[in-house]
Amino acid sequence: MPGVHISLKAEKVFELFGFPVTNSILATWAVMLLLTVGAWLVTKNLKLRPGKLQVAVESIIEMIYNLFVTINGDKTLLFFPLIATLLLFIMFLNWFGLVPGVGSIGINEIEEGHKVFVPLFRAGTADLNTTLAFALISVITIQVVGIKTLGKEYVGRFFNTKSPIYFFAGILELMGEGTKVISFAFRLFGNVFAGEVLLTVIAFLLPVIAPLPFIAMELFVGFIQALVFSMLTAVFLSLASTSHEH
Amino acid sequence: MSDEGIKMVATAFTIAVGAVGPAIAIGMLASKAMEAIGRNPEAESKIRTSMILAIAFAEAIAVYALVIALIIKFT
Repeated sequence: MPGVHISLKAEKVFELFGFPVTNSILATWAVMLLLTVGAWLVTKNLKLRPGKLQVAVESIIEMIYNLFVTINGDKTLLFFPLIATLLLFIMFLNWFGLVPGVGSIGINEIEEGHKVFVPLFRAGTADLNTTLAFALISVITIQVVGIKTLGKEYVGRFFNTKSPIYFFAGILELMGEGTKVISFAFRLFGNVFAGEVLLTVIAFLLPVIAPLPFIAMELFVGFIQALVFSMLTAVFLSLASTSHEH
Repeated sequence: MSDEGIKMVATAFTIAVGAVGPAIAIGMLASKAMEAIGRNPEAESKIRTSMILAIAFAEAIAVYALVIALIIKFT
């Protein structure tokens, strides 16, 4: 399609000590800065009789807690830092792709003889590297939690020597853990990248009023994908930390 | 058929066929969830949460097909 710039992989913007910094890394840094500064500002003067801002933030945290307490029960506080961070970080990272200027403001570079447009920012989760990192963090945490709380019983789920059928089922479970990584990574990447492509194409065809419902849909999809990622992590964490004795 | 032509056909075919299964799955999920809510309106929020989780699983399959279609088109 002439004139539309869609690239499957994130483009490199500059190099830092030999490490290529892509535009999705810049977006991730921007959202990290935003969330960290926001968290510091809100918790600067925590009072026992809170003002309005503290009450609002506390009620949001309580809503997120109530969402996860039905899945994890009394271990919710233990897992809360990971799953709440996944929820908030992925949600804001998805929404960052909708900020005006992301994906459209950039530099024209000359590569291999012809002009290539390199946007300065790009939605952080529209890069398979980012989503793969999130997926690996989740799945490795699930394994560590399983081994820590259940010990030998957890390893016994995968290497069951009771009978050949149980052994085969154990190997299938092991492969299931690997497909969890791929499934997490591709679900998040596919939804956000496809949303970006859709918005680019619609803005290319009808720039004036038509993108509005699609941007609304992208807001919704960004929130739902963050929710699904964190809830699936919470569900697998609860499966890994609860004992299933036959 | 030319190289460019077969690429386009492959892209269209991938996403067209890949979206049929998840669409049927999501329809069945939502209809069963609505039946369950109709039978027991008190458990609405629990049913809704489980339904959204299951729909996200089903939609992920359609997203896999979409990612392959995009890879075929853009490389």
